[in-house]
Order: sequence, then C-alpha cells, then structure tokens
Amino acid sequence: MKPPPFGYSRPESVAEAVAVLASTGPDGKVLAGGQSLVPLLNMRLATPGHLVDINRLTELAYVSVAGGHVMIGALARHAQVLADPVVAAAQPLIAQALRLVAHPVIRNRGTTVGSIVHADPSGEMTAVLALLGGTVLLASTGGERSVSAEDFFLGPLESDVRPDELATQVSLPVLAARAGCAFAEVSRRSGDYAVCGVAALVELDDAGGISRARAAYLSVAGTPLIIDLTEACGGAAGGAGRAGGAGGDLAAAGRLAMARVSPGSDLHATAAYRRHLAGVLSERALAGALAHARGRSDG
Amino acid sequence: MASASDQSGMTQSSPGLFDISLIVNGALQTVRVPARRLLSDCLRHDLLLTGTHVGCEHGVCGACTVLVDGVAVRSCLMLAVTADGARITTVEGLAEPDGSLSAVQQAFADCHGLQCGFCTPGFLITITAGLAENPDPSLDEAREIIGGSLCRCTGYQNIVKAVLRAAELKRLAEQ
Repeated sequence: MKPPPFGYSRPESVAEAVAVLASTGPDGKVLAGGQSLVPLLNMRLATPGHLVDINRLTELAYVSVAGGHVMIGALARHAQVLADPVVAAAQPLIAQALRLVAHPVIRNRGTTVGSIVHADPSGEMTAVLALLGGTVLLASTGGERSVSAEDFFLGPLESDVRPDELATQVSLPVLAARAGCAFAEVSRRSGDYAVCGVAALVELDDAGGISRARAAYLSVAGTPLIIDLTEACGGAAGGAGRAGGAGGDLAAAGRLAMARVSPGSDLHATAAYRRHLAGVLSERALAGALAHARGRSDG
Repeated sequence: MASASDQSGMTQSSPGLFDISLIVNGALQTVRVPARRLLSDCLRHDLLLTGTHVGCEHGVCGACTVLVDGVAVRSCLMLAVTADGARITTVEGLAEPDGSLSAVQQAFADCHGLQCGFCTPGFLITITAGLAENPDPSLDEAREIIGGSLCRCTGYQNIVKAVLRAAELKRLAEQ
C-alpha cells in the first residue's frame, strides 16, 4: 500500500507545467488534489513514470462567475467551490452535487476539475458537466483548446486529455431564470460512491408548465448518461400533457429512465436494483428540480 | 528530459531524493525523502511521530487525518514533497503546552469516545477542524463532521456525544 517509485516535478507556473508534460509524454501524470490518484498509486493500480504536481499553481486556485458562466480553476478544491456563495447563487446544481462528493475531509483536498478529468462514471461532477453542457479548457505547449462535455468523456476513467495537456479550467453555464435543478442519489453509506444518482434540470414556460426536462445518470453507464425526459413528463412538444398535470407526469419520466438505462451488477448493487433506483431517483430529482424552478420563478 | 530538480525548483540532494521542510506542531523539521513518501509515513517513520495512525492507506478510514495549514486532510493521500513548507498539526500537537488536554481530547475522555484508540487520532484532528469551522454543531452536523472516519469499537454514539461536549467545553472556556 505504498506508491511505486516515480519521477517528480513541482512547477511554479502553467507554462512550466505544460513544458514538463510535453517532455514526459505518456509517462507524465498530473497530481492535483490526489484524492483519486494517490489511492490508485497506493494500490498500484496506476504506475505513472512521472508526476507533475500542480499544487503550487495558485494562479489556478480560483472560482469565478462572469459572462453567464461559472469558471472553476484546476486548483480550486471542492470545499472552496462548495463554500462560494456567488457560485451557489449562479448555478445551484454545483453545490447540490458537491455536498454528495465523498466526505468533508476529502473535499478539503480534492479538486473539482480533477474529479471531472478523472471521469469516474460514479462521479457527481462529471454528471454536472454533462447535464449543463459545460466545457473543459486544456493547455499545452501548443496553446489552448476547449472541449465540450459531450466530447470530453470517452469511457470509464477516460477523458479527452492528451498526455501533454493540463486541464486548467472547467466552465459551467449559470442556471437560467425559469429553471430549477436537483440532485438525488442513493449510496450504501453517506459519502460513498453512488449506487445510482440522478441530476435533474427543469425549465418552465411562461405558463409555469415544463418546457424542458433532462437528467444525468451516474453509476449506470461508462460515461455520464443524459436522458431527455421532456415528453415523458408531459412538457413541450404539443403541450398536450401540460394542461393535464401542472406537476408533470413524473412517474412516466421514471419509467422512461428505467427503460433507457442498462446498468451492470457489482458488489454494491444488482443491475435490477440500479434500474429501479434510476426510476425512483428520476422522480425525486425531477420533483426537486420542479419545486426549485417554481420557487425561483415566484421569487 | 530535464531533471526533476530543474523543473520543480526543489533541492534534489541525490537522485530521487528531495530535501523538504515541514513545521510540525510548531517545530521546523527538515527531512530528505523520496517523492513517493506519503506524508503519513514521513510523520511516522522519518519524524517518529507515531500518533498519526495508518489504517487503510487509501483514504477511507480517516485514522491518518492531520491538519495541513489548518485544514483537515488525509496524510495517506498526500505526498510529503507536496507538503513542503506547510504547517502540520498531528495528534501530538493538540494538547496545551502545559500538557493539559484540548477540549476535544477532554470530551473524548468525558464521553468514553474511544475503546481501542486506533481511530482516535484521526477523529480528534477531524473534530478539532470541524469545530473551528462550526463551533456550535447540531446533532446532524456533528455526524457530518465525523462522517469520513471509521471506528470499529464504539458504534459512534459516544463519539457524536464527544463532538457536542467538545463544543460545549470550548464555549465554557471562552466565557
């Protein structure tokens, strides 16, 4: 349970960091908060040849809101993002999700950008990036490029970050005026990985009906799964169902989610139980998001 | 490839070894460590501060929790080289200079918050940081503070009581 030997660099600037990554090639691995990487090292599931420790890049320890987006720098810890009142007001889904990320002590050290780059299919923030359609900014000696959420997740624990690139920032759109969001998940113990989790985003039309409803699912696929639930819960398209139920037909949305997910079985839960949870949690998250949206519209 | 010392701005005294300084419980310590040395092992093996316990070594149990610049972190999930220059507080640094127990330590004694004691250093550190942030936790908040630490003896009830008792002791001391 000790890390294997590796080379080590501790750059003092982004320019220096990407220069090291360019020189180390596929051997290089970025160390930020280390709350996922160091367990992998300790258990020898990962054996990178060279670690590039970015903990001195304080220029990346920022969280800001501007131009309709929340920007999170690569060295912003989960706890820092969670405690930021401006972020909580601009995009409440971020704090709703971060409260479910591990435990407070892990959140003190782990970085939000790092957890997204890690691309764990049971990660809350990967689901948030996918649901909100955020972007990840990647830097290398060749310059910068921006990757959208839909292109970013390639598979379990695999994201579109090349060996010579450093993810410097994640950008997430703020919550629209007549929209609401909620996160619901079930884990075996508080702070554990979710057996299944659902992040829901609901937008209302002028009459207060559902004009758009989407949800992101964690722990049921190799990458964050997005399902459009608008029609299932009687919103938009034709508007036929809207008059019938101001609250939307959330049970139908739950049934659609159960039909659409194809989870696997493991030590923690059977596929059937995960499928059941996808349905139940869809209803809970949608109800929460709907109440949130109505509360914001009334306010 | 450039050597690590060139790119890191650190002193690499001999191949693969780094000279780092830590301020541990108020005392400056300089240590020569390989990059792969965990902070937990640096404290225990290099500095002989064996109060920091090592349980799972992958961030689950919380026994190795220490304060790094005042913030509670898992010392088994941090490299000693990353901590270079930081102020570290371990369980050995919690008592007052005259040896009297801190409020959290006293509360554990008052409430029987431990049995075998293996997890206790991590709990003491975690609760010390938790109460600094939230001096008057509710019962649920007390449970949230300790949610990331495992104890196989107590069933947690007395540890939760100790969190609330420690908050009370701190309030009484301030009056």
